[in-house]
Amino acid sequence: MSQALPPTPPTQVIFYATCLVDLYFPDAGLAGIQLLERQGIQVIFPQNQTCCGQPAYSSGFNDQAREVVLAQLEALAGDCPIVLPSGSCAAMMKHHYPELFAGTPQAQAIQALADRVWELSDFLLRVCQIQLQDQGQPIKVAMHTSCSARREMGLAETGPQLLDQLSQVERVEQARASECCGFGGRFSLRHADISAAMVADKAQALKAAGAERFVTTDCGCMMNIAGYTEKQGLGLPGQHLLSFLWERLNAEGQAPEEVGGRS
Amino acid sequence: MSLQTIPLHSFDAGAQAALNNPQVRRNFRQAMDGLMSKRAAAFADWELEPLRELGAAIRLRALARLPELLEQLEANLQKQGVQVHWAQTGEEACQIIRDICQARGAKSVIKGKSMVSEEMELNHFLEAAGIEALESDLGEYIVQLAEETPSHIIMPAIHKNTDEISQLLHEKTGTEPSHDVDYLTASARQQLREKFMTADVGISGVNFAVAETGTLCLVENEGNGRLTTSVPACHIAVTGIEKVIEKLEDVTPLLALLTRSATGQHITTYFNMVSAPRQADEKDGPEAVHLVLVDSGRSAIYQDEALLDTLRCIRCGACMNHCPVYTRIGGHAYGTTYPGPIGKILMPHLLGLEATQDLPSASTLCGACAEVCPVKIPIPRLLQRLRKEAVDGDSLRPSRVRGHGVKRHWRERLIWSVWRQIHARPRAYRWAGNLLTRLRGLMPKQLGGWTRVRTLPKPAARTLHQLMQTRDAQTKTAQEPRA
Repeated sequence: MSQALPPTPPTQVIFYATCLVDLYFPDAGLAGIQLLERQGIQVIFPQNQTCCGQPAYSSGFNDQAREVVLAQLEALAGDCPIVLPSGSCAAMMKHHYPELFAGTPQAQAIQALADRVWELSDFLLRVCQIQLQDQGQPIKVAMHTSCSARREMGLAETGPQLLDQLSQVERVEQARASECCGFGGRFSLRHADISAAMVADKAQALKAAGAERFVTTDCGCMMNIAGYTEKQGLGLPGQHLLSFLWERLNAEGQAPEEVGGRS
Repeated sequence: MSLQTIPLHSFDAGAQAALNNPQVRRNFRQAMDGLMSKRAAAFADWELEPLRELGAAIRLRALARLPELLEQLEANLQKQGVQVHWAQTGEEACQIIRDICQARGAKSVIKGKSMVSEEMELNHFLEAAGIEALESDLGEYIVQLAEETPSHIIMPAIHKNTDEISQLLHEKTGTEPSHDVDYLTASARQQLREKFMTADVGISGVNFAVAETGTLCLVENEGNGRLTTSVPACHIAVTGIEKVIEKLEDVTPLLALLTRSATGQHITTYFNMVSAPRQADEKDGPEAVHLVLVDSGRSAIYQDEALLDTLRCIRCGACMNHCPVYTRIGGHAYGTTYPGPIGKILMPHLLGLEATQDLPSASTLCGACAEVCPVKIPIPRLLQRLRKEAVDGDSLRPSRVRGHGVKRHWRERLIWSVWRQIHARPRAYRWAGNLLTRLRGLMPKQLGGWTRVRTLPKPAARTLHQLMQTRDAQTKTAQEPRA
């Protein structure tokens, strides 16, 4: 089910930040942009991008979602690949946009947009064939692959494969790795107690695996799990995979910038 | 007589109660972990994807010709001496079954496992008519003794551990308390065996109804299904109209999928095929066989191509075994006959969205259910559809599910209208983003259920939009890309 590779590696991509990266975790976005530039790819950041529309869509407000999607269609015009630092938002664009616009006059344009969409870690691994030289100190890290990345985008192996390129990183695997962390967008507020039970189990599994840090490609999961570990004092910070990779390539003993916590 | 006895309660209250009960949580977690690994082991040597594709195709092929196949099933069964009845509602089905029992002067009924009979509350109905109905599936028997409802469609008493079952059997039947599962099973078996010999009517469900041959297939492990359908003088099979399949050869892949998905078994201990009452040269079997086909909201689903996928279900329960929400709250929290992911997409059609309005939102849309569904029902997509129906959120695609719009509150609409105003206009969005960065020190410390167990993330000092605007401007000035 993995996406077909382009015949020649693209020289230019559009970077789609996603609203969570934009507003809460811009360092993950910058890390992604710099990783792309390191591969010799020119990165375009359209200032008119906003949100993929998923919050309204997954709440059932398709009309409102469509209007927001149309604004993205305009902002992301062009032919080059669109890369996203999020499995969830990538799946929204790739799989749910065409469903949302089926039978509308924009269906074709939306499908063309969807076909250009890549989750960024997948793009770095398979399209750019990135080679990572670890400059960091030894560390035990667990990968949490989001449900969208895993099941909708088919990227269960992507994060682990990137981490395994890093010589000083020992990747540990948590029990029930494929189980949802309990975020689910509004689910975490609407069904807060069920969500709390799920995130508690997830955080404890990560901790029990011996991880010093967990990484993920989805900021929703990160806010959820890292918010939990911070409040409970578990000493298990979270970081976006892209931030982590960039840090490992450049780190020379300096302390990592922790994301997901209060500063 | 009214049948409004379905124990509908608030989903939130049910979930809360389950979350606060460590015993229930342990029971479900252990049981679901076991079922997941059994399923994985059972499929380990199989090319699962092609088999699931085949299972889905068989079910879709049958559903595409549902009215025609039902008529063919009826004609073939009638030819073989089986009486076929049609019920529009669960209550009608109950009445048909009561009438059959009363016409025979039946006082006692022994039942094999049937979720449709749970759905229509058959036991209560028969008891009100003075007919004793005893469950013979061990799990159902336990649930009946405890005066509860099933918490799982395959393993009705999965919410109880051995101690709890031992205690229950001791209180209700005088069985000596024991941790020995075999002893407890043998004791229940003994009690039930006598009932089989004296029951006037046996009632069973149906797993697959084969139209081509007029065959009712019943999958079970305890032999109680075999006894139910062969010992009493009259056998009544009851099933939803969607259980029909086209050909006998369709059974093979579906059965392979069903038993492995449900319990990780390669085959169940018993597989029964009922096609006729006792023939002149046969020594046993019922003298009369009836089939009651229940609609109860299913034909309404049939009208909608997307919702039709709901009816593919072969009731294996794998979706609940793999559901992180079900695992945490168990089946009773849902307050519906069918719990878990399949319940969330099926119950709104059976009961309407008013009565089930909390179900579609009670999911992270993680997709674990769809990943294991043996007939590839796109459960997250159907949940999404029901969320849309609950708020009438799509003017291009009118709502169709009974009770649609039940969650369409002005406050909710206002939120999304404001959200749209900001996110459909890039300048408004950038302005709001800038504002958020300036107010980052003033963020609330509390946000509903989120902050009960988590900290709230803090907005960044500068948005990526701002950072990139600066960066792009510098790049332009320098006329070369920065490192």
